[in-house]
Amino acid sequence: MNQYRPPLVLVTHWLTAVAVFALMISGVAILLAHPRLYWGETGTLGTPSLIDLPLPMVLTGQTGWGRSLHFLAAWVIVLSGVSYVAAGVPRRYFRWPDYNGLQRRTYAIVVFFLAPLAVWTGLAMSPAVESVMPSIVTLLGGHQSARTIHFVAASLITLFVAGHIVMIATSGFTARMRGMIVGSLDVARDRPLDSAQGRSAP
Amino acid sequence: MSAITRRRLVRGAATLAGGAVGIGATASLARRLGWLAPDAGEWFGLGEALTYGSHRALMAMHSMAREFSRSDISKVVPVNGPAPETDDYQRLLADDFTPWRLTVNGLVSRPSTFSLADLKRLPSRSQITEQTCEEGWSFIAEWTGVPLALLLDLAGIQPGAKWVVFYPFDQWWDSVDIVEARHPQTLLAYALNQRDLPADHGAPLRVRVPRQLGYKSIKYLSRIEAVASLDHVRNGKGSQSPDEGYSWYAGI
Repeated sequence: MNQYRPPLVLVTHWLTAVAVFALMISGVAILLAHPRLYWGETGTLGTPSLIDLPLPMVLTGQTGWGRSLHFLAAWVIVLSGVSYVAAGVPRRYFRWPDYNGLQRRTYAIVVFFLAPLAVWTGLAMSPAVESVMPSIVTLLGGHQSARTIHFVAASLITLFVAGHIVMIATSGFTARMRGMIVGSLDVARDRPLDSAQGRSAP
Repeated sequence: MSAITRRRLVRGAATLAGGAVGIGATASLARRLGWLAPDAGEWFGLGEALTYGSHRALMAMHSMAREFSRSDISKVVPVNGPAPETDDYQRLLADDFTPWRLTVNGLVSRPSTFSLADLKRLPSRSQITEQTCEEGWSFIAEWTGVPLALLLDLAGIQPGAKWVVFYPFDQWWDSVDIVEARHPQTLLAYALNQRDLPADHGAPLRVRVPRQLGYKSIKYLSRIEAVASLDHVRNGKGSQSPDEGYSWYAGI
């Protein structure tokens, strides 16, 4: 019997994929205006930084479209993430039967920890949201701490995405893409990912 | 397989159609309730509309920005952009702003002008708040000034006024909605850290909107106008920011 991924999983996956790509591009655009990270409440040029990223400081107005694209993509990813998790909990999407233990743990960390952490720290940088829920900032140790944690969470998610793409490319790219576009799972079963090596070459 | 596909197609199309009608109805309701940002027609309008609309619809209108103690005040107070070099401004600066007047007009019953001394005689408010630049840096400072709401009431702002527009001596201009204009922490500040506002920080008078990013806090104020609609104010987008690629709403 053919097994199929639910359409909601396919739609939210690709919305998330496009949104993550947009978030990375726009995140870098925003970061370049001030590639210094601080700990605590405040931080500016002339005060000690926690990390000076080896990036040029670019002040050409790219933060304008950067932020607008970042928030549009954030809305897309939050709405599709919430739909995925809300629909997935009762339907047991998160058993991820085709994946091995390390993969399951990684996916769980990204979906249930890093992504929510990125949203939380992102919201904590909003002065309007902060005025409604000051604890969103104070629990993190201050506004600049929130910004730094946001950067770390985003970097880890970027690492995950890179690993995800490498694994797809090395475990039968066409079949994996077909599996995520039309949803067919039998291809995935023919090429199980949970062998001892973690993948099987096509 | 094909039957499932057809049923899915019909269901998908119905969902899309329902969604489109829903979005249209929501947009028209949002506009009526004043939850639609004036630059929502721009490229990233959907994101701006969702952010501003959800902030105004879901969040407490009167939530207060955090206030800090004197010991939290930052030692470094960054300057972003120098004072205007226009003759008008430089003459005022040379005269210690004695001839300077703030004009309040538009949808007000008593269009008024105020000298700096007039403003300093009005009830004042001091607040130690954080200012966050859109670039990412932030600092804490103490600002003293007249609550904008007080000045609007003195001028007799009319119930039809939905937006308040700020015109400074430099080229930038901006506006806030009536919710932000009436917020107790929205100040017209004439002092920074208990001293007269320095020229680089917007002398003689600047706006402070602590619930939004720093660029909303217009410096070198010259005129305030209350309006019912922003459609015919300059570019129709409520601010110079959208022309420069920045969003009108800076509550983020």
